Parts: sequence; structure tokens; C-alpha cells
Amino acid sequence: MDLQRLHLDKTLFFALLGLAAVSLFVVYSASAKDLSATLGHLMRLALGFMVLLLVAQIRPEILERWSPYIFGAGMVLLLAVLAMGVIGKGAQRWLNLGIVKFQPAEIMKLAVPMMLSWFLARGDVPPRLWRLGLSFVMMAIPAVMIVKQPDLGTALLVFGAGTFVLFLGGLRWRVIIILLAIIAVAAPFAWGHLHDYQRQRVLTLFNPEADPLGTGYHTIQSMIAVGSGGVYGKGWLNSSQAHLDYLPESSTDFIFAVFAEEFGLIGSLLLVLVYTFVVARGMLIAYLAKDTYTRLLAGSLSLTFFLYFFVNMGMVTGILPIVGIPLPMMSYGGSSIVTVMAAFGILMSIQTHRKIAE
Amino acid sequence: MLNIPIKDHFRETRLFNARLSVIGVIILILIFSLLLRLIYLQVWAHRHYETLSQANRIKPIPLQPPRGLILDRNGVILAQNYPVYTLEIIPEQVDDMNSLLEEIGQVVKLNDTDLKNFRKQLRERPRFENLVLRSHLTEEEAARFAVKRPYFNGVELEARLRRHYPLTGLGVHFLGYVGRINEQEAEHLDKAAYRGMEHIGKLGLEASYEKVLLGRVGFENVETNAHGRSLRILERIAPVAGKNLYLSIDAKLQALAEQALGQRRGAIIALEPATGAILAFVSTPTYDPNPFVSGIDPTSYQGLLNDPNKPLINRALNGQYAPGSTIKAFLGLAALELDGFDPNRPVACPGWFSLPPNAHLFRDWKKGGHGAVNLHDAVVQSCDVYFYKLAVTMNIEAMKNFLAPFGFGAKTGVDIFNESEGILPSPEWKAARGQRWYPGETVITGIGQGSLLATPLQLASAMSALANHGIRMKPQLVHAIVDAKTQATQNITPEAYAEIPLKDKHHIDIEVQNLTDVVHSNRGTAYGIGYNAAYKIAGKTGTAQVKSVAQGQSYSEKATPERYRDHALFISFAPVNDPKVAIAVIVENGGHGGSAAAPIARKMMDHVILGSESTPVVKPAEENDE
Repeated sequence: MDLQRLHLDKTLFFALLGLAAVSLFVVYSASAKDLSATLGHLMRLALGFMVLLLVAQIRPEILERWSPYIFGAGMVLLLAVLAMGVIGKGAQRWLNLGIVKFQPAEIMKLAVPMMLSWFLARGDVPPRLWRLGLSFVMMAIPAVMIVKQPDLGTALLVFGAGTFVLFLGGLRWRVIIILLAIIAVAAPFAWGHLHDYQRQRVLTLFNPEADPLGTGYHTIQSMIAVGSGGVYGKGWLNSSQAHLDYLPESSTDFIFAVFAEEFGLIGSLLLVLVYTFVVARGMLIAYLAKDTYTRLLAGSLSLTFFLYFFVNMGMVTGILPIVGIPLPMMSYGGSSIVTVMAAFGILMSIQTHRKIAE
Repeated sequence: MLNIPIKDHFRETRLFNARLSVIGVIILILIFSLLLRLIYLQVWAHRHYETLSQANRIKPIPLQPPRGLILDRNGVILAQNYPVYTLEIIPEQVDDMNSLLEEIGQVVKLNDTDLKNFRKQLRERPRFENLVLRSHLTEEEAARFAVKRPYFNGVELEARLRRHYPLTGLGVHFLGYVGRINEQEAEHLDKAAYRGMEHIGKLGLEASYEKVLLGRVGFENVETNAHGRSLRILERIAPVAGKNLYLSIDAKLQALAEQALGQRRGAIIALEPATGAILAFVSTPTYDPNPFVSGIDPTSYQGLLNDPNKPLINRALNGQYAPGSTIKAFLGLAALELDGFDPNRPVACPGWFSLPPNAHLFRDWKKGGHGAVNLHDAVVQSCDVYFYKLAVTMNIEAMKNFLAPFGFGAKTGVDIFNESEGILPSPEWKAARGQRWYPGETVITGIGQGSLLATPLQLASAMSALANHGIRMKPQLVHAIVDAKTQATQNITPEAYAEIPLKDKHHIDIEVQNLTDVVHSNRGTAYGIGYNAAYKIAGKTGTAQVKSVAQGQSYSEKATPERYRDHALFISFAPVNDPKVAIAVIVENGGHGGSAAAPIARKMMDHVILGSESTPVVKPAEENDE
């Protein structure tokens, strides 16, 4: 079968297929051999690959033209979710469309970088100040709305995707330094305006020992799992941490801990390499892309994928605070798998349509 | 894209590639550090974690700290903890929850509310935490379960500490109560500080001093077998008990005041003028806070809410009343401070007053008037016409500026949450609400009517400023915070507000003398409590037309004739030469301040000053009553 004809990038496609295959085994083990959970994961993966295939057929020019509308629709849905939350007097992330429930915040992971790439492609390079300002507003508003849901992890990814577009789009170093300086000055000020309990929560993020019965417990148990795996690992289905229920969220946010315990340093190194390879391939697609919109978008999507897995692995290994981001492709559940696959669909479209055009 | 010049295109590509390289380098560094971390965990520290994993039968279990006690100034306990038996389940140790619940139900009675609450916790709490299935087991039930305990995996019989208010309703309005943590509270609290905790301060001191009373949660690392059954305790970080609060409240005086008000609606504040220490803080009717601790049943709660006497309202803190003639205690001093004002010049009081262009008559409470009165007589007899004229002479701005330092229209800063501010009106205040200030409003402000509103706490605080030579102290309920274990004591230092600005401090002495004559001269409106007192009292009576109390719109709806009667007020301090206590009394719909409110103040003063209530308070003829 000619993958090129299906608008699939062969290298990237096989890497993803490999990750998906591995994930089935890990989910099976982490869910304590729960076959229905594993099948559910398989169904989600299948749906994801279908979305990938579908998105890959859309020409980048069309994606570009649609960008503002997709962004607008995403904003409307986010507002709807917030409004429902206000009416229902509780946190709200899902929009129930009768048949399907879905999370509008997920759309923003794609819509924000699409919108910003579209916007920056329409101006000078490096972008003028007013464009930067407006771009910042366009990424900050959805990010703040998602924090309100509250979903810190997704907000971080949306904000990250936007930041990558701005950086790749040629945000001047001068401006970067000034922004960093402003943050450094404003941080203590903002700190003073936080509620006491909010401050406590931030402090617990960075010092899990302060909450030995909550996040601290997660971090410690996850480090025990990773560390006890050693060089060769305990072998598939032998993660004692997960099976004795010491490791919470073992099949979702902390699935990498189970993987590292069962497959050891060798397995973890290989897995990190495959993830890094996927990011590198995405960056190469960005490098080869021919116009501003596609290169900015391809770059941002690849880097967001990096942020995704790095933050997750960092939190499992105890070098980053626990913010609740799953490991893409690998973690069980959630609608994020579809979004990630759609992003890869876009990357493949950018890559293959360029080649065909040549 | 076609109209972008070639040169720009090159520049853009160069810039993009440069940026991509920068990020590439950063990514490599980050990946490298992640790999280093993995090597550290899995090679360098592998032994350590391997051992931990082998021995990982460790579960942390939160240990509840005892909540700090609340005691009065003499060590009488107002809030304490007592152990109750609760049945708790650790979900992750249970294989089949439904059948377990059924089996337990055959040993100990479980009702629908118990099961509903338990299922709710089951959804919200971590699976390794103890969840309460039933509390308040009887001794018999506890014994019955203890016998069958070996048959139930993951079920524990725990003795937990429960808050208890031994004096039931006494002082409930300043004490407040604790209750179960609800969802909104859970959103806003520091989760780490409340692991395993069920209760939080909801109202009054229990809420305002939550941090002090809470203590710190401890935990035990318990070794368990593969099924999660506890084998032994490996590590124990003991909980730190909450600190005890010693109040300046005198429980005896509080009880005396509550009894004196009896079934009537009202509020009383007694405080020490020199320090601001609150001796009694009364709002009646009271209610029993104990049912709120374990969750009051909806019917009882509705009963309290719908009670026409509104026991849940904190009248001392949130009741906003027209001060009526008690305001003359302060405006009398304002008159002395006026430039070119002669306090000795007699003013004719025909029983009415009018503002020339307008025909409206402002009446005196005494038909026919008081004749010619000077300032002294006007205060002693509470002549309204004199103060109507004074108000017009001073004008509203000057009155507002004079009253503000006494604390009117602002929170007193007492150490419990949600204090009301009252209203110190002015043309600007009305303008902010889109309304005009009418000259007539200035007139009635002179006798404490109109928009002017004050809480009982504000009135007592303002009066204490006169007692304390113009220095008003911040009212304070807690006077010491004591660590139960080390006995380390943190005394709360009294705080003073800015001294009340006066041209001549001697004026306070004149005003205090006038107020003393209110009580002790035979023409005074409070002579009924003064003629046989063993010490000198300074005071001012007041009678306020009924207005709605805060949140009290329903008052007018359900009003009975009694509800239309005036509120009786009395503010006072004693002994005059060395004030020990300042008291504000308000009896809703009580009628006259001199006969309804003043005798209560007198009883309390006897208690504070003489240490008894032996002196009989005889009520003479009410002729002098306002």
C-alpha cells in the first residue's frame, strides 16, 4: 500500500503505530489485566488513527483558510462550557451534545496554534508589536478560561502551543527578555494577591513532602516504582507498585511509572528515544515546509507534543510538579488521544501535500 | 503569499530555522536531564528504591488533631471535644462494597442518610482514606460490632473527637459552631492541612480563628499485608493540637444578660473601656449549636430559619438599629465643641420644631415640650427640639465628621467575621445611591432617626470612647491564645484607634457629668436605675422607631402589633470616676429605653462592679421615661 498516496508520512506513521502497540501492553498491565479497559484503549487508538487519516487528506491551504473559524467556534464552545458551569454551580469541562460528550478545551490545543500561525503569516517577520500583543490576547484568553474550568494541565499545553508559534514566528529576543523581566517583577506582586489556600497549593506543587497524604504520596510512590525497576525492569505484568494499589492513577497520569518499573532503564531509554524521534520528525517537517503558516503550525504542534510527554515524564520521575497531564498515546482514557492524532494528521498533511506539489 | 517579496522570504526562512535550532538545543538539554534522572533513579538509587518497593506495605493514615478549646475569662469551657464511636471503611480494602454494607446493616442500624453520605464520600475521597459510614454509635452498638469485627475486612471502629458546646445556646452568636466541610469550602481550603478532617469552623470565633483552633494533621505510616490489613506502625508524626482560645467573655455575666433579656428579641454588648475587651456579647433568642456539628436535620433547620424571632440572626454584630436618642450622648459633646455655642443659654422647647420654608412639624416625644432648656437639661431630659435645632446649626457634614471618629458607619474591627458597618449618612452617601438629601433629614439625624443606623457593638464601642477619655479601643473577644501542650501564651495586646479630636478635652468631663445626671438626677430619663445605685453611672436612654433589622424585611410582613412598638435602647458606663464596663442594650419592640433596657444594664453593672446582683432594681413611676 502506498502510504504516500494516503497522505501519510511513513516514518512518523510507523513510529506512532509502534507507540500505540506498546501502549496496549502497558495499559493491560497497569489496569491490573483489565481486558475491557484495554479494549477501550484500543478503540480510542483506532478512532485516533481514523481521525489522523481523515485530517491528513485536508490540504494545508484549506486548513489555513479555516483557522479563524475553527478558533472562533472553539471560543464559543469554551464560553458555553463556562456558562453551563456557572448555571450548574460547579466545575464543568464537558459539553454534552446529546450523542457525544466532548471537551472544548481539547479543540483549543489545535485551534490556538492554527489561529496564531494564520495571524502571523499575514504580517511582517519579525512581527510588529501590535500583532504580538493581539496574538498574546488570543492565546491568553482561552488559556485563562481553561484554567477556570479548572484544568491546569490543558491550559498549560494551550498556552505552550501559542508561545511556540510566537517564538518560531520571530518574537525578538529584546521582547523576550523584557517579558521575562516583567514576569520576574510581577510574580511576587501576584503572589501577594493570591488567597492563602492558593499559595499553599502552589507551595505543595513544588514541595510534595508538605502533603504526605496527597500529592506527596503520589510522587513518592511513583519514584519508588521507577527506581525499583532498575536497569532491566521487573518484566511485563510484574509491577508490584501498580498491582498492590500503592501507585494511584497507575493507568492514566502515572502510566510511565508502571512502564519504567516493568521494563527498566533500557525500556525507558528506548521509549524516551521514540518520543524524541517523533518530535524530531515533526521539527523536520516544519523545517521543510515552504510557507509561513505551515512551518509555524508544524513547529508548534511538534513542540507541544514534546511539552506533553516531557512534563508527564518529569512529573513521574519527580523533577516537575504534579499538574495532571497524561502521557500522550500511552495513558488510558480521556479525549486527548484524538486531539494528539489530529495534530499528527495535520503534520502529515503538511509534509505529504508539499511533496506532491513538488 | 505571492505578493511577499523574495528577500523577505529568505530572511524569514533564516529566522525560522535559527529559532528551530535554538529550540532543538533546548530540547536536547531537557531530554538529557530526563535521561540523567532516569539513570539516577534506576541505577544509582536503584538499591534504595528496590528496598522501599520490597518493604512497600506502607500506607499513610491521617491522624486528626484535637481542636483547640474555647474558654471564658475564668476558664469556663465554652467549646470542647468529646469522643464518639464511628464506623469507618477503607474502600480499597473492600472487595464487594454492596454486600459488605448489607452485612454491616445487620449488626448496626444504617439509615438512608448514612448510606447517601457514605456514597458521596466514596466518590470524592481517595480510596486509601478512612470514610465515615456511621457516627454516634451507642455503647451497645459499638460493643456488638467489636465482637464481629474479625469478619469485616476494611472496616474500623474508631473513637473520633467531636465538637461539643456544653453550655448549649450560651454565647452561640460569638462562638459560632463547626460543621461538616462542604463542597465550596473544599474548593477553597488547603487540602494538605485538612487530610482526614471532616469539620471546619462555620461561624463566629470557630470560623474567624479556624487556623488557630485547627492544629496540624499528623499521620502514621502503617505497614500492611498484601491485602492491606494493618500489621504495625512504622512511623508516626503526631498531630499537633489546635491552640486554646481564652476569651475576655465572662460566662456568668453572659448568662445573666441572656436571662435578663429572656424571651425578648434583643442584643447586649458589655466591654471594658480601657482595653476594648468584650465581657458579654448577647443576641437573643439564642439557639443550640450542637445539632449543627454532625449536620442538623432539615426540619429543625427550617424551623430555626422560619422562626419569627429569627434566632439565627446575630443582632449584636449585624442588627442595624436607629440609635434614637442615644446619639445625643455624642451630639451633646459636639455642641460643646461648637465655636460660639453657649451651652448655658436656654432654648425654648414648645414641643415641636419646624424648618421655616416648610410646614412639616417635627415633634418632641413629650407633648407640650420641656419649656426652656439648656444643653444639660436637654441631655438629661432628652429634649428633641433642642437637638433638632442643634442639628440645623451644625449641619449634616459637621455631624458626620464628628460622629465618624466614634466608629459610626465603620466596622469596629472586632475579631469575628462578617461584621456590619451601620450607616453614617451624608448627602454624598445619598447621592451615591442616586437620591437627594432633604433638609428634614438633617433635623431627624439630630435625634438618631432617619438613615443613621448602628449595631449594638458600635454603640457600646462609641460609649466606651467617652468612658476612656476620648480613646476608643478595638473591641476584642479573644484575649489570649494558649498552646495546650507547652502552655506558651500569646496575649492579644489591646489596640487603640486614633484619639477623638477635641478642641478642649475638658468638654468630655462636662458631657459625662450631663450623662451621669441622666441616671442620677431626679429629672433624668434613667433615674429609675440610678436613685439607689451604689456607684455612679453615666448613660443615655433611647427609643427608636421600628425599622427593619438587617435582613428583616419579613418583619413587616408578619408584623403583629407588638412588632410595631419602639425599640428600647440604653448605652452606659460605670463607675463614672473609674469606668470598668460600658454597656449597650437594645430590646426590640421593648418600648422605653429607661424602663426596658436600662434595668438590664444595671443588673450587669452590679455583677461586674459589686460582684453580685443583690441590689434590687426597683422601678419607680415612669413619668420621666422618654
